[in-house]
Amino acid sequence: MNKLDVVGKREPMLDAWEKATGRARFTDDLAFPGMLYGKILRSPLAHAKILHLDLTGAEKVTGVKGAIGGEDIPKKKYGIVPMAKDEYALAIGKVRYVGDEVAAVVATSLDAAEEALSKIQVDYEELPAVFDPVEAMQPGAPVIHEEVHNNVSASIRKEFGNVEKAFGESDFLFEDTFETQAVNHCPLEPQAALAVVDPSGKVTLYASTQIPFFLRRNLATTLDIPESKVRVIKPKVGGGFGQKIDLYAKDFCAAFFAMKTKKPVKFVYEREEVFTSTRQRHPMHIQLKTGMRKDGTILAQQFKVIADGGAYNSTAPLMITLACYFIMLPYRLENLLFEGYHVYTNKPVGGAMRGHGIPQVRFAVEAQLDHVAEKMGIDPLDLRLKNAFQAGAPHPAKLRVQTCGFSDTLKTAAKGIGWEEKRGKLPFGRGVGLAGASFPSGVSNMSHISSGAMVKIERDGSITLLTGAADIGQGAETVISQIVAEELGVPLEDIRITAADTEITPLDPGTFGSGVTLRAGNAAKIASQEAREKLFEAVAEKMEVNVKELEARNRRIYVKGSPERGMSFKEAIKFYQYSDRPMPIIGRGSYQPPAKEPTTLLKEDGNFSPAYSFMTQAAEVEVDTKTGKVKVLKMVASHDCGKAINPMLVEGQLEGSVVGGMGQALYEEVITEKGRVLNPSFLDYGIPTAMEAPSITSVEVETNDPEGPFGAKESGEGTQLAPAPAIINAIYDAIGVRFKTLPVTPEKILQALDEKKKE
Amino acid sequence: MEVRGKEVVVKRIITLNVNGEEFEFLTEVHRTLLEVLREDLGLTGTKRGCDLGTCGACTVLIEGKPYLSCLTLAADVQGKKIVTIEGLAQDGEPHPLQKAFVQKGAIQCGFCTPGMILMAKAFLDENPNPSEEEVKQAISGNICRCTGYTKIVEAILSLTHK
Repeated sequence: MNKLDVVGKREPMLDAWEKATGRARFTDDLAFPGMLYGKILRSPLAHAKILHLDLTGAEKVTGVKGAIGGEDIPKKKYGIVPMAKDEYALAIGKVRYVGDEVAAVVATSLDAAEEALSKIQVDYEELPAVFDPVEAMQPGAPVIHEEVHNNVSASIRKEFGNVEKAFGESDFLFEDTFETQAVNHCPLEPQAALAVVDPSGKVTLYASTQIPFFLRRNLATTLDIPESKVRVIKPKVGGGFGQKIDLYAKDFCAAFFAMKTKKPVKFVYEREEVFTSTRQRHPMHIQLKTGMRKDGTILAQQFKVIADGGAYNSTAPLMITLACYFIMLPYRLENLLFEGYHVYTNKPVGGAMRGHGIPQVRFAVEAQLDHVAEKMGIDPLDLRLKNAFQAGAPHPAKLRVQTCGFSDTLKTAAKGIGWEEKRGKLPFGRGVGLAGASFPSGVSNMSHISSGAMVKIERDGSITLLTGAADIGQGAETVISQIVAEELGVPLEDIRITAADTEITPLDPGTFGSGVTLRAGNAAKIASQEAREKLFEAVAEKMEVNVKELEARNRRIYVKGSPERGMSFKEAIKFYQYSDRPMPIIGRGSYQPPAKEPTTLLKEDGNFSPAYSFMTQAAEVEVDTKTGKVKVLKMVASHDCGKAINPMLVEGQLEGSVVGGMGQALYEEVITEKGRVLNPSFLDYGIPTAMEAPSITSVEVETNDPEGPFGAKESGEGTQLAPAPAIINAIYDAIGVRFKTLPVTPEKILQALDEKKKE
Repeated sequence: MEVRGKEVVVKRIITLNVNGEEFEFLTEVHRTLLEVLREDLGLTGTKRGCDLGTCGACTVLIEGKPYLSCLTLAADVQGKKIVTIEGLAQDGEPHPLQKAFVQKGAIQCGFCTPGMILMAKAFLDENPNPSEEEVKQAISGNICRCTGYTKIVEAILSLTHK
């Protein structure tokens, strides 16, 4: 590969200055004349029939311009996975969790809207509720959705190889049970939506969303109007981590009221609503049995996974499917029996969150592997290296892994944490641990499968890039612009990007499944090449050379190897214009994963992602045996991201993801009692602050994937799969206790140390 | 004074000095500085992350000290010098902290950034040579979910003399 000028450089994010100076506009920063403010009335009960909803009191409040309940909206269900739609924007007939949407009001001020909420009368008939997914599966348990038996709304049972036979051939069998907790994404920006209707009746929604095009579709469905009457614009988004993938009542209600009142309407969630009524990581109950051969080969694994889905589906079928298939990476595993259930309970709703169903099972596997290694007298690092998946190897579920740097991530993470010197050798209370994982770089889905991009070369030599990719703070716009700048041979400052406006930018699935860099990056790369070719044709004609001899670099187009034989980018554009070629100079690109029959894995095996990233996290911890507090001293995040388009942004992704993973290992939990969230605030929830943040070393392992733009794969999301088990394994090294339930709080540590003393 | 339903809403003319400019306007006495900055003065750089004083995104400087504007009544800070993120640059020149945050990659989604930068400024003004632990402690009331704080701490430390 040629030396690169822009790709691979530590460039600050294109919008960093806006953000540093307070000029960046997020949804709640926007305001329009005559704007109304909306609020949502939420259920105080976990499970109840709505017998009667009386809005008249609310309507009488001065300043109120509208009040609606579920009976006033189109009876159209929505959901992110078409086969699992089970939610109305406002509850119709019954409520299924504390925080479920019952009614909405808009008023000329927020105070008036809040007062109106207090005047709404709801008669409920309380129903028996169920809060534990295992109980919810029993015959006779309360029915949460009428059409769903035993509250199991999605399930999977898959066998690869022959597990029974492999268990029979195993020299050692291990069986353990693990529990993980509910975790909130905690984006700093609460969910917001602002809708404006134009004179033609078209509604424009500004929203804190990761998926503008999916949101447009779900809005059109729930409002029961054509897609062409809905425009979604994504302003700056203050983090998402998966929580801003779904449509929410705020989106629907803003659009509905804007259409009804012909006035701009804004809904912004309170922090408490973000905790109680958006999405969270699914708590899982995991039974895991593993068969090992004497030589350390993992022969077979059997899982029974029960995921607590809360009151609605969101991504349920995909979540439980991902949990299954990503057991078979990053280790070779020929024999797997996976039984997984997504179960409704009367609790906050589970959804996609950084890692999406995989971190929970990965915690189980990685924690158990350390136990396995100890019992078999093998170093946990060696055990992992022995079973590490290798590029090009056949995969039981037909995943096509072209590049795999897993072994290198293991080795570099181990070296970074000082494995040789420290493992098993530190004084009591100090320890090191590690864990590995793998993640897709973009997921196949049947509706919005491809990304589009358009690159326009302007008269002054600047580049306008249109992409549907949704930057939610991860730096997608910067990374995609770097790719375009590299292809066109111009500096990054020449690129102007317009992103995520469904009216203007090409179709894109949005930000989920870690596909943005690969998918939207490839689309932009192809579009740049097409625009460049057009310019090259004009230059080639002028210079009487072959198009193939030209290259673009440093704002010049010239004969390869002879920079003096050519012209400036601007001169080329001028010549293009003067020779009366089609204007404007536009390149279009589209990228779709290369599978012949793209699979969602929901019905059949096949290649699910264009590329797979691999990662290892290593941790060093110190346990205060008096207080039970665990301090994570150091984390090493070694990540095969294919190629870092922007190493500074990749590091930022890894660092943020690691600290989130640490929070889930030690502090974070959405605690409910009879369905009510007891700690819906940052003060009580346990989000890590700078005080807890460890020293973090990022190691980028580059494998240059042939499918990725300049070789790039996923970074940042997969990173959150392994910090928790790495920390839990380090705690074992420190105090000799294996924890199987997250989070490992000081109370649990002290209790375990007490029990250990008694032994 | 205005009667709204059964409630009596008291309004008052208040005067605020924000970023070196005087603003005079009529508003309800119960409104917070955060609301007034964002909704009346159009200074939306100050962010609302929780409205409960738990996230630090609404941090502003009052007489050089960091305050949570969501817990501060606008009427109570009349006559005091208030600085928001929009007023941190001097004569068009960004503050060194703004430069450091941009160049070190300390900004991802950017929602915590204004509060974080102002908190760091107030802290460095008091303690220009802090240790890493002191920096972490100083910003521990400002939550960031994106960066893991690593590059934020690096950016702040890059301006110290150690």
